[in-house]
Amino acid sequence: MKLFLTAACIAAFPAAALAEVVISDPWARASILASRPGAAYLALRSDAHDRLLSATTPVADRVMIHASETGADAVTRMIHLDALDLEAGQAVRFDPGGMHLMLMGLAGKLDEGASFPLTLTFERAGAITVEVSVLGVAATGPEGEP
Amino acid sequence: MNTTSNSDGLRHIRRLLWAAVAGSALAFGGAALWRAFTPPDLPAPYVTGEAAIVNAYTLTDHAGRSVTPETYEGRWQLVFFGFTFCPDICPTTLAYMASVTDILGPQADRVAPIFVTVDPARDTVDVLAEYVAAFHPQLIGLTGTEAQIAEAADNFRVWYERSEDAAAPDGYLMAHSGYIYLMRPDGGFDSVYREGDQPPEALAEEILMRIERDERT
Repeated sequence: MKLFLTAACIAAFPAAALAEVVISDPWARASILASRPGAAYLALRSDAHDRLLSATTPVADRVMIHASETGADAVTRMIHLDALDLEAGQAVRFDPGGMHLMLMGLAGKLDEGASFPLTLTFERAGAITVEVSVLGVAATGPEGEP
Repeated sequence: MNTTSNSDGLRHIRRLLWAAVAGSALAFGGAALWRAFTPPDLPAPYVTGEAAIVNAYTLTDHAGRSVTPETYEGRWQLVFFGFTFCPDICPTTLAYMASVTDILGPQADRVAPIFVTVDPARDTVDVLAEYVAAFHPQLIGLTGTEAQIAEAADNFRVWYERSEDAAAPDGYLMAHSGYIYLMRPDGGFDSVYREGDQPPEALAEEILMRIERDERT
């Protein structure tokens, strides 16, 4: 029994060490004016508890993690998050009307059909770069694109 | 004798007191029930209904013309307050209004989709012209002076605030209520919607039903 437990621990440990974050469906809405911030969306899923610490892209000066919160007064406010906690095995989605990555100081308009790299840095999983597709102004997601 | 009448009096008083206790228990219980069955955070604009929302403003459209609600009289109006620096809710809602307009098809001419900025300092006529055209050729953008915008928002019971945030573009963020107001062809208030609450087909259907109902009467 003891031996079995030890074996189980050894078997479980490497899995924790290999904790990884899967980033899926990264997309951004085409921007209308280069002087206005853009928004990017994606889904995150981590094997183990992790934290999204920052996001960077060559197409914007800054990327801010924003959650939207609608208060009891029915007013929607954007909440700027310094970091985002990921629970093991729980997907976190950035979607229109919910969370988004705000791209500030765009180098140029985000044109539909283009794509750009976005690097997300996690506390444990490290830096992961994904290619973000720019969808139309009216897009609601990679599947829901009209 | 005295004792009896005295105890009678006491009984009477006691009865009165119990009645008072029962009365207040009912009142408190009623209040508690009322609270229990009333959702605590009903969105504010639902409360007051028609009389509270007034379709009144003097603004400038994205072509530089001075407009009032009378400009759009005879058409249903979908009115949304937002601002072009808003990266998420505003483009999502305007794209939604554009979809609704498309779905209305041949009846789209009878509905005016209107976007009123709450950030007139940055959303000038030129900015709005470029912005609204990206969503739909029929979308109308309205701006004005700070005072004109404040008056329009006040009449629609739209709440917005400007909060200073050094990290934000130009050092401030805007927050606002994200309702789409449906106004009748005579200018009166009909109802409010939120983008995420129903697909564009459903809102288009509601508007078409109203147009048909108007034609029958």
